[in-house]
Amino acid sequence: MTAVTADAYEAAFDAAVAADERIEPRDWMPEAYRATLVRQMAQHAHSEIIGMQPEANWITRAPSLRRKAILMAKVQDEAGHGLYLYSAAETLGTSRDELLDKLHTGRQKYSSIFNYPTLTWADVGAIGWLVDGAAITNQVPLCRCSYGPYARAMVRICKEESFHQRQGYELLLTLSRGTPEQHAMAQDAVDRWWWPSLMMFGPPDDASAHSAQSMAWKIKRHSNDELRQRFVDICVPQAESLGLTLPDPDLRWNEERGHHDFGAIDWAEFQAVLKGNGPCNEQRIDQRRRAHEEGAWVRDAAAAYAEKHQAAQHTESVEATA
Amino acid sequence: MSATPTAEPVPTVTSSTELTASGVPAAAALALGDDALVLSHRLGEWAGHAPVLEEEVALANIALDLLGQARVLLSLVGDEDELAFLREERSFRNLQLVEQPNGDFAHTIARQFYFSVHQHLLYGQLAVTGGPFAGLAAKAVKEVAYHQDHAEHWIARLGDGTAESHERMQRACDALWRFTGEMFEPVDGLEVDLMALEARWLERVTAVLERATLTVPSGARTGAWSAGAGRQGLHTESFGRMLAEMQHLHRSHPGASW
Repeated sequence: MTAVTADAYEAAFDAAVAADERIEPRDWMPEAYRATLVRQMAQHAHSEIIGMQPEANWITRAPSLRRKAILMAKVQDEAGHGLYLYSAAETLGTSRDELLDKLHTGRQKYSSIFNYPTLTWADVGAIGWLVDGAAITNQVPLCRCSYGPYARAMVRICKEESFHQRQGYELLLTLSRGTPEQHAMAQDAVDRWWWPSLMMFGPPDDASAHSAQSMAWKIKRHSNDELRQRFVDICVPQAESLGLTLPDPDLRWNEERGHHDFGAIDWAEFQAVLKGNGPCNEQRIDQRRRAHEEGAWVRDAAAAYAEKHQAAQHTESVEATA
Repeated sequence: MSATPTAEPVPTVTSSTELTASGVPAAAALALGDDALVLSHRLGEWAGHAPVLEEEVALANIALDLLGQARVLLSLVGDEDELAFLREERSFRNLQLVEQPNGDFAHTIARQFYFSVHQHLLYGQLAVTGGPFAGLAAKAVKEVAYHQDHAEHWIARLGDGTAESHERMQRACDALWRFTGEMFEPVDGLEVDLMALEARWLERVTAVLERATLTVPSGARTGAWSAGAGRQGLHTESFGRMLAEMQHLHRSHPGASW
């Protein structure tokens, strides 16, 4: 490509983004835009499949058949979201195998929130209410992301996530209004999940490595701190309705700002978990790697069978035409 | 005695001929409901461990169908949660086949294959003979057709895939064979022609295994312990551990709502 045509392509791309048009797989795009999207979509897909683990941890112990059905369906939805997102990422010229390999070897990340353990049944509710709630706050703007396949995948995912968030809220409400032990279980779960949920929005704006460029490309629409504030403002009245408290003594309404003020986030903890020192980092990746390795013979068998079958079909069709 | 359900939590096993308020034979509803409940639970143990993402979705789908069936069937007999979470091991009426541990993926598929072929034939009969289970069976038979199809495709891929998969699939089919005779033991209140069912089951299983280049197991399908034992409340050792895990939280909070 000559310099002139490259400039023309870039100008067309910039104009499309500026006009809020969607970039589609066959459109020209800057390599850095492609790389940013692959990184973000892969991380999102990985988060869905790693995120299955802390919740699947409670499927076999769900305390009623109704809750068991809801939880199984939720974990299944997450596998489904992983499938859409890997497919959407594949439109950028990568493959699911390649991305999984990067996950298994630590070259790509997943949301750090899943490095925290689910210690009681109430954690299933707290994940639904807070973690899915934070995810939705982050993801709703992605339905308008400049890259078409990602934006379209997010429309469906957000619908299901908001369903999960309501189910989590309802689970916690039942516990909060239940026996004293159940109420305590719900409060304990909220105490443990609140701060990690706030960290899901990423580092503060002035320390966020990828934010400015992603905003310019309209992959990202709002800053980390804006979304975090929005989430806090949504959660405060919901916590009151739940009859649970949020573990932050500095949390209060600020009339002047029209928002809730909240306490300082422990960014040292965030960095430590991100670097691999959270309570479950090793466990999550080990389980993922083990499932993949133990499943290798199954995938190999399916591939071998497909190949034999295809070869047989080919022979048949050759014979039929001969 | 005016004990609350939680103070006297162990539902008694209904006598074989007893009908529920809606005229459903309780023993049969319990047997079929427990089959679905227990197999659903075992499949749920796969979540996060499946060999490929598509199977996370598929196994969960089958588990959810079975759980839905279990909830309908158990609710015909009593409170679904009391029945699931407060009965002792000896009161469960499921087949020993469905309680067998997941093993490797081949074992899970063999278990599903044997059971789904049976369940499809059984529900197909129940749907057309118009008895108390006809409505439920007519809906479930469509779900089970998918379960059977899923299992049969995997039997083919694993049986006729690689040398390793062939060996694993054969081993799994052999290992679970002795639990299959129990499916054709009579259950009170279940009006089906079991001889015909068994013949059609054998025919289908033979055809699918042979097409997958597998050998139809030759061992006994009935025996002193394995014939009808699950239906009489005699289970295998791993079942108690499965129930301990399944029931622990519910039992830890007597009387609580979830």
